[in-house]
Parts: sequence; structure tokens; C-alpha cells
Amino acid sequence: MSKLKYSWWAVAVAAFALFPVVVTNPTYTAIGVYTLLFMACATSWNMFSGYSGYIALGSSVFYGVGAYTMALASIHWHMAPGAAMFWLVPLGGLVAVVIAVPIGWIALRVRRHTFVVITIAIFFIFQLGAINFGFTGGTAGLSLPFIQWDASYYNVPFYYVALGIVLVAVVISAAVRRSRFGLQLLAIRDDEDRALGLGVKVGAVKLSGFALSAFVIGMAGAIYAMFQGQIYPQFVFDPTFDVSVALMSFFGGLGTLTGPLLGALVLESAQQYLTVTYSNGSLYLIFFGALFLIVITFMPRGVVNFFLDRRRATLAAASMANPSPTPSAPSTPTPAARSLV
Amino acid sequence: MNATALLSAAKDGILTGSVYALMATGLTLIFGVMDIINIAQGILVILGAYLSYALQVHWHIDLFVGLLITIPTMFLVGVVIERLFFRRLTGPERTGMSILVTYAVSLLIEGALNMIFSVNDVQLQGSYVNKSFAIGSVHFGFIYVAGFVLAVVLLSALYFMLYRTRFGVSVRASVADQTSAALVGIDVKRVSTIVFGIGVAVTAAGGMIYGATNAFNASTSYDLISRLLTIIVLGGMGSLGGALLAGVGMVFVGDMVGVIWSPVWSSMSYFVVLAVVLLVRPQGLFGKQSARVA
Amino acid sequence: MTVLLKAQGISRAFGGLQALRGCDLEVEKGSITGLIGPNGSGKTTLFNVITGYVRPDAGTVTFDGADITGLEPDKVFARGIGRTFQLTRIFARMTVLENMLIAIQHEEGWLRGMTRSKSSSAEVENAREWLDFVGITRLADLAAGALSYGQRKLLELAYVLVANPDVILLDEPAGGVNLTLINQIADKIRELNAQGKTFLIVEHNMEFVMNLCDSVTVMNQGCHLVSGKPADVRANPLVLDAYLGGGDEDDEDEVSINA
Repeated sequence: MSKLKYSWWAVAVAAFALFPVVVTNPTYTAIGVYTLLFMACATSWNMFSGYSGYIALGSSVFYGVGAYTMALASIHWHMAPGAAMFWLVPLGGLVAVVIAVPIGWIALRVRRHTFVVITIAIFFIFQLGAINFGFTGGTAGLSLPFIQWDASYYNVPFYYVALGIVLVAVVISAAVRRSRFGLQLLAIRDDEDRALGLGVKVGAVKLSGFALSAFVIGMAGAIYAMFQGQIYPQFVFDPTFDVSVALMSFFGGLGTLTGPLLGALVLESAQQYLTVTYSNGSLYLIFFGALFLIVITFMPRGVVNFFLDRRRATLAAASMANPSPTPSAPSTPTPAARSLV
Repeated sequence: MNATALLSAAKDGILTGSVYALMATGLTLIFGVMDIINIAQGILVILGAYLSYALQVHWHIDLFVGLLITIPTMFLVGVVIERLFFRRLTGPERTGMSILVTYAVSLLIEGALNMIFSVNDVQLQGSYVNKSFAIGSVHFGFIYVAGFVLAVVLLSALYFMLYRTRFGVSVRASVADQTSAALVGIDVKRVSTIVFGIGVAVTAAGGMIYGATNAFNASTSYDLISRLLTIIVLGGMGSLGGALLAGVGMVFVGDMVGVIWSPVWSSMSYFVVLAVVLLVRPQGLFGKQSARVA
Repeated sequence: MTVLLKAQGISRAFGGLQALRGCDLEVEKGSITGLIGPNGSGKTTLFNVITGYVRPDAGTVTFDGADITGLEPDKVFARGIGRTFQLTRIFARMTVLENMLIAIQHEEGWLRGMTRSKSSSAEVENAREWLDFVGITRLADLAAGALSYGQRKLLELAYVLVANPDVILLDEPAGGVNLTLINQIADKIRELNAQGKTFLIVEHNMEFVMNLCDSVTVMNQGCHLVSGKPADVRANPLVLDAYLGGGDEDDEDEVSINA
């Protein structure tokens, strides 16, 4: 990455860090917390599904597991309500990873079309389990130790912890993309059997990618549970969560670093805003569905890739204009190889 | 557990399962021809049910007579969706993209249905809906039997079309290999559009029966699509016979679990069965093992 | 001469089609062995059995004295058997250089792959040398999917070579490639062979096979037919019979076998 890119990242992080200082209205800082949680989840989802091409539609299993870990641990260990509960966030992530291993072991045995469906099926097993098992509190849900922070201040700690999780997700995703492991995931996306034939341990690589992506999503779920103070199975094991993180990543650009961040930022903040302003979830569904369909129709590779491709095309046209010893020009549209933005 | 319970579960499996099989057949047919997983199938079933509902409430059209309107309507809905979104969907990510596109379509329809019909549960009514008769100790609900007959008629028509008509040959050739089919002069695009239309049209019938046997609203589609997906994966993606058997088997197993254990676990049992079967046969019961070598 | 790669009594059926029936094959160390036969004689299936993509119903494959029958493709590759495909298989959305890096990652455990960067400078240099060897270094940073058909063939050859296998199985390296490139590929094979690499080549271009190979094995209907020096094989009436009697063969081969 160039210095310029690093400075853009620094500006973005600073802008996010300043947001709760500038905007103090709890309604908007709450929107900020949800948006950041989705940015983290979409980035982490993309780290596995975007790189490997295995579209997972059951990520809320990890979100829910993280949320229940936070709830059950804080209740059973009689945690004092307050900032100390944040220590349970990594635990939520770890439990999600532990759960992800057997799930991945079953689900990743099949080819990618079937994989999607298996992840959905596993999601429903967890949702039904959370509703029907005793220790989860059933549909009545669970109440966490009640945190008595002032309403004007309540959102802020959550905001910064969520921002921290986003950074963790981005660092993991960037590190994976630059590592040999990331290269192996990309090879699996392009031609899994050929990768196997070149000695890529596809089974182990897919499983570790899948489990790793659960970590951040589990942590986000834990923060969500603590933030809400009360969890219900149908809200933490939520099918719209599954599809949201996937659509956000596609919206921004699958396999890119900034795509999922951008997708989550736009879509989740819009959702929260619409819900708060019109208190009508159906309107959001229509908005979300329509927006995605428009993007996919006109920018099939996502917003970020769309602009990258255009810039690349411009550059290519420029280099064509003044001939240089460039290789035989491809006649077909060039799929972008470098998608790390 | 006794023989009556077993018999009753078998009855449910066959009667209700065949309706699921009908809806799943549309899904698996679309996948077989186009490599598209139509997540919207669940909400389209609900849309079909709401269409029957609207016809009944506003124009007092009988549920079964209404099918003459809803089936062609849903066919057109399918054709429009295919034309708008899948014509341009090509390339290696096609299947993955199709899942998200159909999911987005599903959200769009769900939002619209919520706004038009509200989120309150409704159920289709009719003088015959709650009628039943008994053979020996087993009770048969009229609407379930009607659903079974409808499913059998439509599935037979579908099989006839696939195996006895020239169009069916084109469809089966496209299932086997799109490129080769195109090379021998089959208009794969037209076949795709029609198949998508047919795959969606069956939801009108499935939706009517579903709506008459269950209270529903737009969000019921999640439960539906999860079952339909389970059926097609269990049967083997793209296998019509597999979808039929898995549909019947799924309801049977669910009922048995409900009788032996608790109805609470019956829907979970589908997914557990699926996970277990896939451990042994990753390609599903009747699926073809994917070749490793291109 | 020692036999490096040996297939004995390999059988494999696909549904009702018996693709291989008790097929034998021997590849001597340091040789360039040609594998020819009419279409559908089971050459590619034999390749797939050797490289672990297809499990044989019966028979054994031994490599360097060890039984490798039924090993997974990654294990076979790790033993030192590299291959190319008839329809080239490259990683289209990765760069040419990244394609090369995939082929060398097997030398370490998968866990190590998570903790190290995707390439060291030595690896990149090595990869570039091999790209140079096949003459496509200038394409290193391009998406592999943008390469022409011939360039893809060269890339696939290069990334198999970079892994430094002992035996290289080439599935129709000259298929659909122009004459200049065919000669270029043949030169590269000779050069590598002189350095001690063993080759097993499936090819329909008879001129290519006859000029390049030390030994030729002919397959027919899933069986081993004859083996020997190119000249002897060409003169063998059984071979002509197989080609002419096959009926499904195109004219090109009939002409070229007599050339």
C-alpha cells in the first residue's frame, strides 16, 4: 500500500473517532454503533466468503453465539454491570470460533452451491435451538446485568469498542489478503480442484478461514447483547442479518477491503435512519432490495470494483494511446486481479 | 407410539409432503437448468397465497377457480424476474450472485406485501377448508387431499412436459449442459425464461394450499424457503425425483419426531436429517457427484 | 534405466463406460515418454488416476518405488508429480505472479501460510525466472484471465515447473497452439529434460511426439497397446490398426502418423 492510501485510512479512522464528539444526539450515536457492528461483520464475512467464493448465509449463528455468550457469562458469573463486561467480548468471539469449527467441518465438505444452503439450514437449527432450549430463556430471551449509564453517555463506550472491533476486522482482513493463506483462499475461489492439485490444503484452508471469520462476528454479537441489555433468539439469530452482511459486501465489492465497509456504512446507517424516522421496517426492506438490485444490475462487481475498473480502463486507454512494450492487449474485459484497495 | 400415529404421519408425509415437493420441484428445476438458486421461492409462495386471498376477499372467487388466474400471473412474475435480473447474470459467480439477487427480490416483495396486507396473519377460507372425512381411524382433511391431488396433477403435467414433449427435450438438454445444448441449436435463453416462469408458476398452486392449511404473513417465507432448500439439497440439487422423495420424507420425519418426542423439535429435525445425510452423501440422496476434472 | 512412474492394471469405469481396462504404463527416469492413442482411449483418465483426481476401480500406481494409488491430488503433487490440463486451468482472477506463488506454497504446512506474507523476495525472483524461462515475465502483474490461450499454456507449464516436480505430465501441450509456440514448448521440454526432468506427454500432434519423445506408449480402448521407440511404434501395424480402425478419428491424425 502506498503512503497516500495509509493517510486516507488515517483520515477515515479519525473521522469515525470524532463522530460521537461532534454528534451527541443518542439517536444518532446509536445508529453509529449499529453501523460499526455491521461494518465489522461485513468485513469479516468478506474475509472468508469474499476471498474464497464460498457464500455463507448463516453468519448470524456466530453473531447469536457471541450474544448468548455475553448474556450467559455475565448473568452466571454475576458480573457487575459496567465496563468490565467488555472483557467478555473476546470470549464471545472465541466461543463463536469454537462453534464454527464443527459447523465448517460439516458444511465445507460440499461444493459451494450446496454450502450456501447448508449454512442456511444450520442457521435454522441454531435459531430453533435458541427458541426451544431452556438455558437460552426461550422466546422470552435473556436480560443482562443492567448498566446504569446516563442516556446521554450510554452509547459512547459502545461506539468506541465497536470501532475497535472494526479495526480488528480490517487488520485481519488486510493481513489475510497479504498472507499466503489469503492467496490460497483466492486460488480456491478461482479453481478449487486445480488448487488442490497444486498442493493447497483446501480443506484446512477453508475451515480455518471460516472459523477465523466467526471471531469478529462473535465479538460483534457480544457487543450487541451488552448494548441492548436484553436479547431474543429471533433478533440475534436473524435471517436478515445473514443476508445483510452478504448484500453489504456485494454492494461495496466482493473480495475488496473497502467494499464491505462502504456497503455496511451506507446500507446499515440508511436502514437505521429509515427505521428511526419512519418507524417502518417494510420501507427499509423495499429500499434495501431495490437499491441492491439496481447496484447489481448496473455495477455487477460492486461499487468499489466498478470505480476501480473504470480507473483501470482509463489508465489502459492512456497507455494504449502512447504505445509501449505492453503485452498483447486482451480483447475481453479484463477481470481485475488486484482487488485489495 | 402406535400404528395410528405412524399411519397418520405417513398420511401427512404423502399429502403435505407432495405440496412441498411441488414447490421444491420449481426450485430444483430452475437450479438444474440455470444454476440459479431462487431464494425468492419462499416469498413467491406467499405472494401466490396472497393473490388467492385477494381474489377471494375482493372478488369472491373460489380458491380453486382462482388458480386459473394466479398460476398464469405467477408465471408472468417469474418471466419478468428472469428477464430483468438473470439475463445479464453471467460468469463464474453466477450462482452466488443469483442467491443474493433472489434474496433482494425476496426482501422487496416482503416489504411490499407487508405494506399492502399488513403483518397480521391471515389464512385462506372456504366452505370446504375445514371439512374432513375418515377412513378407518385416520382422518383426512379435505384441503390436504385436494392439495395432494393438485400436486400430483401438476407434477404429472410437469413430468409429461419434460419427458414427452420437444420442449422437454430442450430443457433436459439444458440441464445436462448449457453450452452443448446451445451448440445443437437449442435457444437456451428462451428455455431458461420459460423454465423460470414454470418454476415460479407452481408457487401459485403451492401457495394456495399452503395458505389454506397455515396462517401466514410475509415473514412466513423464511420458514418456507428453509424447508424448500432443505428438500432440494437433501434430494440432490437438480434432481426432480429427489425433490419428490425428500419432500414426502421430510414431512414424515417431522411428524414422527413430533409424535415420539415433541412438536417443538419437528422442524429442527429436518435440518438435522439434512446435516446427517450430507455427512454421508455430500451430493444429497440423488445428486450427481460433481466431477473434479473440468 | 530405472522406472520412475509405473501404473499397473488400472481399471476405471464411468457409469457404463469402461474408460480404462487393466491399463499398464511405465515411465523411465529421465525420459520423455509420449502417450498416444485415438480419442477416447483413456489417456486423460489415466492422467487423472495418476494425479489423484480420479480413483481407480482396480490397479496400482507406484512412483519412485512407493505406492501412491488413490492419494489425494495435493499429496500426489507433494510427492513430485506435476501436471497440466488439456483445457488449461489457471487462476483467472489472480495475477500471473500470484499463480506462480500458489504452486510453491505446498512446501510448508498450511498453518505457516496464515502467518507469513504471500511471498518472499527469493520466491518472487524464482517465480520470475521461470516466467522468463517460458517468456512471459512481462505479463507477471496482469490478471491471468486476460492471457491468450497460448500464454495460458505457458503459464500453466511455468507454474508446474516452479514447484520443481520430478515428473511432469503434460496433457496436450501443443493442442490449439501455433507452430512457433509448439517449437518453443518443445525446446523448453528438451532443455528441462537435459537437466534431468522426466516427462509424460499426451499429444495428438504426431510430429511433436515423434520428434520429442524417447519412448512412446500407445493406448487403445482403455488398454496398453504397444510401447517402444518412436520409429518402431510408428511402423507397428497394431498402431495403424488402432487409429484407422477406431473409426472416430479425424483425418489429421491419420495423415500425420504416416508423415
